[in-house]
Amino acid sequence: MSTPLEDEVLREQLERVWAHPTGWRGVLMAVDHKVIARRYIATAFVFFFLAGALALLMRLQLSRPESGLIGPDRYNQLFSMHGTTMMFLFAVPVMEAVAVYLVPLMCGARNICFPRLNAYGYWVYLFGGIMIWVAFALNIGPETGWFSYVPLAGPEFSPGKRTDFWAQMVTFTEVAALAVAVQLVAQILKQRAPGMTLSRMPLFLWAMLVTAFMVIFAMPAVMVATTFLISDRLVGTQFYNPAEGGDPLLWQHLFWFFGHPEVYIIFIPALGMVSQIVATFSRRTILAYPAMVLALLANGLLAFGLWVHHMFATGLPRLGNSFYTSASMMIAIPSGLQIFAWIATIWDGKPRFRTPLLFVIGFIVIFVLGGLTGVMLASVPLDLQVHDTYFVVAHFHYVLIGGAVFPLFGAVYYWFPKITGRMLDERAGAWNFWTFFIGFNVTFFPMHMLGILGMPRRIYTYKAGLGWDGWNLVASLGSALIAISMLIFVVNILVSARRGKIAGGNPWEASSLEWATASPPPVYNFLRTPVVTGREPLWEGDDLPVMSGLGDTRRETLCVTIVEAEPDVRQKSAPPTIWPLLAALATTALFIGSIFHEWAVVWGAIPVAITLCGWFWPGRPTRRAVKAETSLEERAA
Amino acid sequence: MIRQRIVGDLSHLPDHAFGPRSLMWWGILGFMLIEGAGFLLAGGAYFFLVGHVQPWPPSQTPPALTWGAAFTILILLSEIPNAWTNIQAHRYRDGPTRVGLILMSLIGAVLLAIRFLEFQALNTRWDADPYGSIVWALMILHTAHVITDLGDTLYITVVSFIWPFDGGEYAGVADNCVYWRFVILTWLPIAGLVYLGPRLL
Repeated sequence: MSTPLEDEVLREQLERVWAHPTGWRGVLMAVDHKVIARRYIATAFVFFFLAGALALLMRLQLSRPESGLIGPDRYNQLFSMHGTTMMFLFAVPVMEAVAVYLVPLMCGARNICFPRLNAYGYWVYLFGGIMIWVAFALNIGPETGWFSYVPLAGPEFSPGKRTDFWAQMVTFTEVAALAVAVQLVAQILKQRAPGMTLSRMPLFLWAMLVTAFMVIFAMPAVMVATTFLISDRLVGTQFYNPAEGGDPLLWQHLFWFFGHPEVYIIFIPALGMVSQIVATFSRRTILAYPAMVLALLANGLLAFGLWVHHMFATGLPRLGNSFYTSASMMIAIPSGLQIFAWIATIWDGKPRFRTPLLFVIGFIVIFVLGGLTGVMLASVPLDLQVHDTYFVVAHFHYVLIGGAVFPLFGAVYYWFPKITGRMLDERAGAWNFWTFFIGFNVTFFPMHMLGILGMPRRIYTYKAGLGWDGWNLVASLGSALIAISMLIFVVNILVSARRGKIAGGNPWEASSLEWATASPPPVYNFLRTPVVTGREPLWEGDDLPVMSGLGDTRRETLCVTIVEAEPDVRQKSAPPTIWPLLAALATTALFIGSIFHEWAVVWGAIPVAITLCGWFWPGRPTRRAVKAETSLEERAA
Repeated sequence: MIRQRIVGDLSHLPDHAFGPRSLMWWGILGFMLIEGAGFLLAGGAYFFLVGHVQPWPPSQTPPALTWGAAFTILILLSEIPNAWTNIQAHRYRDGPTRVGLILMSLIGAVLLAIRFLEFQALNTRWDADPYGSIVWALMILHTAHVITDLGDTLYITVVSFIWPFDGGEYAGVADNCVYWRFVILTWLPIAGLVYLGPRLL
C-alpha cells in the first residue's frame, strides 16, 4: 500500500511529465486522447444537428402535396447532404470518437497508442467536413445521394464539381476513420491493463476491436470506388463508362462492399455500449459472455457477405439472390442472441431504470422492429416490390437510429459524468427519451405505409390524392417532436456541464476501469497502472491492485502480451506538437487541389512529406553534440 | 476514490522491442492490411472488367516485358540487402545498419527509374478503355508504395547520420524492412495482372 505522501509526489511528477500547453498552443498542439475525443464528439454532434436540420426541411417540404417551398435541385442536395453527413460525418466518427475517449481508459492506459496520428485524424475529419458544408453553402454540394450511383454521378449526368467535392469528402473521412481504426487495433491488442486477458476484456473493447478490423477491410473499397469516380470525371478514365466497356455495376459492388459493413461499423460499437450500460444498471455481469463475444465476431464476419442485397434490383443470377438472401437472414441470429442476452441480464439483475437504461430499452424495441423489416427486405420478391420506396427509408432509419443513435444517447448519459465530472439531469433525460421515442415512431412508422402505398424515395414533391398526404403530414409532425427532443438534449448538456450534480469517480458503481479514476480523469489517466483480476475489475474487491514503475520522468505507456496481457515493454508516448495539424492542412490542400487538377496529387505530396518529416523529427542531441560532450567529459576526467 | 494496492513493479521492463512486441509494428501491420485490402479490391475490379471488355487488351498489344521483368528481378533481389539490414538493426550495429539504409535507398531510386520506363512501355493510356484505366491504376497504386517506402528509408538514412540511434530507432529500421517486404510481395500479383493477364486472359 502506498502512502498519501508518495501518491502526492507521484501525482505532481506525472502532471509535469504529461502537462499539455495551454491557450491557443494547447488548442493546436493537443495530443491527449481525451481532449481530441471531446472535440471529435462535439464536432460529430454539430454535424448531426446540421444534418437533422436538413431532414426537418425535407419533412417540411413533404408535409403537404405539391409544396413549392423547395425546388428539385435544392432538394437533391438536401437529401444528399443529409445522408452523407449522417453516415460519413456523424455516425462513424462519433462511434470512433467515443472509443478514442474510452478505450485507453478501459485499458488502464496513460494515452492512446499513437497520439499524433490521433490528432491528425481529427483535423483531417474536421477539414473534410468543413469543406463539404462550405461547398454546399456555395451551391456546389453533392446532388446524387449518399451512395452517388454512376452513371448519374458520372461526368455526363453530373457536370460541374458537386460530385467531386462529395467524392473527396469521402477520402477525408476515410483517412480519418482508418487512422483511428489502426490505433484501436494496436491499443486493444497491445496496451491493455496487465491481467486483462482476451477473455476478461469488456464487451465494449471487443465491439471496438471487431469494428476497427471492419473499418480496415471495408473502407479501402469506398476509397478505391471514389478514386475511380474522380479519375473518370477528371482525367477521362473509363472504369464506369459503359460506352467504352466500363460498368456502372462495378461502382455498386465496390460501394456496397464498403456500404453494408458500414452499417455494422456504426451498429457494433453501439452493441458494446449497450452491454456496458446493461451490466451497470442491472448490477450483474452480462449473461453468456463467450456467446456475446462470438456474436460480435459473427456480426463482423457476416456483414461482409451481405453487400449484394442492396443490388437485388440490378438483375443478379438466381443463385446469387439465394445466397445473399440467406446470408442477410442469417445475421439476425447473432443480433437476436445479443438481444436475448441483454433482456435476460436485465431480467435476472436488479435493474435501475435511469436514463441510460431507458435509451437501451428504446433501442431494443426500435431495433427489433427494424430487424424484422430487414428480414422482410432480405426476401427478393418483397425487396423488388418496395425497392426505392419509403419502406426502405423506414427500415434503415429503424435500424440506424434505433440501432445506433438510441444507444449513443444512452452512452452520452452514461459517460457524460466521466467526461465532465458532472451528472446530466435525470428528469430532462426522461423527457429527452420519451419525446425522442415517440417522435421517432410517429415520424418513421408511417413511412412503412407510404412505401407500401408506392411512394418513391428522393422525390421533392407529390401529387395530391395518391393516399400519401395524411401519412406524410403525420411523419412531419413526428419530426417536429424529435426536434423538441434534441432541444431538450442540448439544453440538458449545456446546463449540466456547468451546474450539474458533481459526479465523483464512479457515480453509477460500474465495474470497468474507466471508473477507477477521477471524473474528469487527470491528464495522465491513472496514477499507477491498474491490474485486472476478473471480468468486472471494480466489482472484484474493495481495493484496486496496481503496478508502479511506469515512467514518471518521460511519457510512457505499457505494452502487454496479446492473449495473457502480461507486462512486456514500456513504450515511449509522443508529446504535444503542431505537426499533425500542419500535416492535416497539407493533406487538405492536396485533396482539395486534386478536385481541380490531377497534378495536385504530385505537387501536394511535397508539403505533406515536409510536414511528416517535422512530425518525426528527433528532438535530441546530434551525433556531433554527443561526441563533443563525450570528449569534454573525457578531458575533464 | 478507490484504494490502491501495489502488486508489482514495471520499471525493469525494456523501453523498446522488435517485431510484434513493438507498438509501431502493429501500426505498420494495420496500414499494410488497409493497403493490402486496396490492392485486393483493385485486383477484383480488374477481373470484373475482364468480363466486360473483350479482347483483353482491346488493342491486342500487351505491355512490353523487358522493364517489367527487370523491375521484378531487382525488387526480388532487394530482399537480400533488406534482410541483411534487418539483421544489423536487430543486433544494434550502427555502421552496418546505416550502410544497409544507404543500399536500400539506392535500390529504391533505381527501381523508381525502371518504373518510369515501365510506364512508357505499357502500350496503353489510362483513358483509352477500361483495360488501360485499371492497368494504370494498379501500376500507380504500387508505385505510390515504392515512393512511400523510398521516402521513409531516405528520411531514416539522413536522420541516422545526424542523430545517434536509440533502441527504438533500431526497431524502426526493422519495421521499415518489414514494410519493404510488403512492397515486394504485393508486386508479384500486380505484375501477374499487368504483364501476364493480357497474355493469358
